[in-house]
Amino acid sequence: MRVLVCVKRVPLTGGRIVLTEDAQAIETRHLGFTISPHEECGVEEAVRIVESAEGESVVLTLGPPEAAEQLRDAMALGIDRAIHIVSDDEEWDPQATAGAIVERIRADEAAHGPFDLVFFGNESADAGNYQVGIRVAHALGRPVATGLKGVSVESATVRCEQEVAGGRDVYLLPLPAVVTVLEGLNLPRYPSVPAKLRAQRKPLESYSPRRPDSRLEKVRLVVPEGQGKEAVVLGQGPEAAAAVVEVLQQIGVA
Amino acid sequence: MVIVYLADSAELTRQALAFARGLGDPVHAFAAGSAPELGGVETLHIAEGDAFAAYAPTAIAAAFVELIDRHSPTAVVAAGTERGNEVLAQVAARLDLPFSANCVAATAGNPMLVTRVRWGGSVLEEARVHGAPKLLTVQPHAVEAEPEIAGQPSVERFTPALSETDLAVRVVERVEATAGGVSLAEAKVVVSAGRGAGSAEGFGIIEELAGLLEGAVGCSRAVTMAGWRPHTDQVGQTGTKIAPEIYIACGISGATQHMAGCKGAKALLAINTDADAPILASADYAVIGDLHEVVPAISAELRKARGG
Ligand SMILES: Cc1cc2nc3c(=O)[nH]c(=O)nc-3n(C[C@H](O)[C@H](O)[C@H](O)COP(=O)(O)OP(=O)(O)OC[C@H]3O[C@@H](n4cnc5c(N)ncnc54)[C@H](O)[C@@H]3O)c2cc1C
Ligand SMILES: Nc1ncnc2c1ncn2[C@@H]1O[C@H](COP(=O)(O)O)[C@@H](O)[C@H]1O
Repeated sequence: MRVLVCVKRVPLTGGRIVLTEDAQAIETRHLGFTISPHEECGVEEAVRIVESAEGESVVLTLGPPEAAEQLRDAMALGIDRAIHIVSDDEEWDPQATAGAIVERIRADEAAHGPFDLVFFGNESADAGNYQVGIRVAHALGRPVATGLKGVSVESATVRCEQEVAGGRDVYLLPLPAVVTVLEGLNLPRYPSVPAKLRAQRKPLESYSPRRPDSRLEKVRLVVPEGQGKEAVVLGQGPEAAAAVVEVLQQIGVA
Repeated sequence: MVIVYLADSAELTRQALAFARGLGDPVHAFAAGSAPELGGVETLHIAEGDAFAAYAPTAIAAAFVELIDRHSPTAVVAAGTERGNEVLAQVAARLDLPFSANCVAATAGNPMLVTRVRWGGSVLEEARVHGAPKLLTVQPHAVEAEPEIAGQPSVERFTPALSETDLAVRVVERVEATAGGVSLAEAKVVVSAGRGAGSAEGFGIIEELAGLLEGAVGCSRAVTMAGWRPHTDQVGQTGTKIAPEIYIACGISGATQHMAGCKGAKALLAINTDADAPILASADYAVIGDLHEVVPAISAELRKARGG
């Protein structure tokens, strides 16, 4: 099995989001970075599949030079090698992102054979465009199932499970296929220190294509006004219990 | 003409219809297979065929593209549900057009100006959408649903030409869930705990209080990552979106990704040792203290109030 997983570097915001002065991005000077929990589950699943079926797992990102950090993180979890499409500081729109990913997949497949399975997050943590995986699948002419909480490879097909009201919907896709996954698919492992060191030596290729014009063109970001609430402090410690019950009664739930 | 895709939820579809009316052109609707009762649209276009007996996103998109090619609408709109987003992304891929997911506002024009949700609602993006038709989904519960309009639109049925690959992706089986407890998404009361719970055992007092209030138990991602609770309990951007009468959040700091899941709560009570925790900025009520003491005290007080 050859398995690819696509991840996107995003800032790890805390309790409050602050924008840059030009309102084009989140101010990240004091923040760490990560990938979406959905994509973390994609990485974990890719590693598990190759652990049990042999083959090769590859991680790909399109992002600034610093996004190499997220590729190393994925390799510390067991991914074999990485492809970095290095972008400028501008965010690429989802069509351009999908186009660049398709180009790299085609090139890698020409050299190493097809990916049986390509993993995406259902939606990216920051942009939430809900489309890059679907666009890539369409361009490659492969079937895609989205929003999955269960993925299991059964010889030449992949069984895909999607949570819906009242149960799970099942799809059976012929391989090669594309899947977009959700957090809850599995419980990702934590990297060990030796695995982190090994990841530093795993192969990482990089490419720098030109960014096409945006067709979903960001004008600016806005942080919606908070509710500006001043919480009523009902008390300190267990003595507050009576006041809490009064509130619950007022609301009509106790 | 604007065409609205009738996705899975009637309520969210009526929000999408309201949004579509704002674009100023006559509103048509599209459904695959069977169509719900629907007044207030010019024409309801229904794609027919065996392919639509179960949900089949690629076949639906193929049919939709056939309809779009025939009528050249100015915009195509759907509710921003998993399936609404999936079908429009499929349509966008086929037409090689931009697709703007989860919009809260749009101003017709070329380019069209939209405001859309990022980070699960913690950030909004204003964007220009190029090309035609414009493909948009509407963020759930961001616009008022239009009232149900009585009457039948004219119906036009068509049988789209589908290829082998269009048919490859379809629901082949529904595994029914075993009914258990109050569902987190629909609970009137949700009692959640975060890292402050300290352990899986720390949830005993949370379950007890939730039980007394006939509510559901929730948690933060710190908890699911630690393996203390299953992901189905997680509230947030990558967990469940909740809308209870009251949300009781114990030992949860209030990261934006957690708060993205509980914006629909009518009231929020935070129980936290830290009087400066970010969650207090969105809370209606707060108790400053150790959840291991405060939560059992609330349960005891509830029992006392009920005379037991
Ligand atoms: C893309 C992305 C998506 C994410 N999605 C989600 C999501 O869906 N849901 C989610 O929850 N998180 C999500 N996160 C993670 C999120 O950023 C936070 O890391 C997480 O919510 C923190 O959980 P917490 O509040 O339990 O822990 P912490 O931030 O560690 O906070 C613990 C809190 O408990 C208080 N406390 C400690 N001990 C006690 C005690 N004895 N009694 C009372 N209070 C106490 C502390 O004062 C503190 O406020 C996401 C992150 C990213 C990057
Ligand atoms: N810049 C990127 N680099 C690599 N993968 C990406 C990038 N942007 C999006 N993706 C993948 O596509 C998924 C869906 O993204 P989106 O369409 O933006 O919601 C993400 O979860 C990633 O798996």
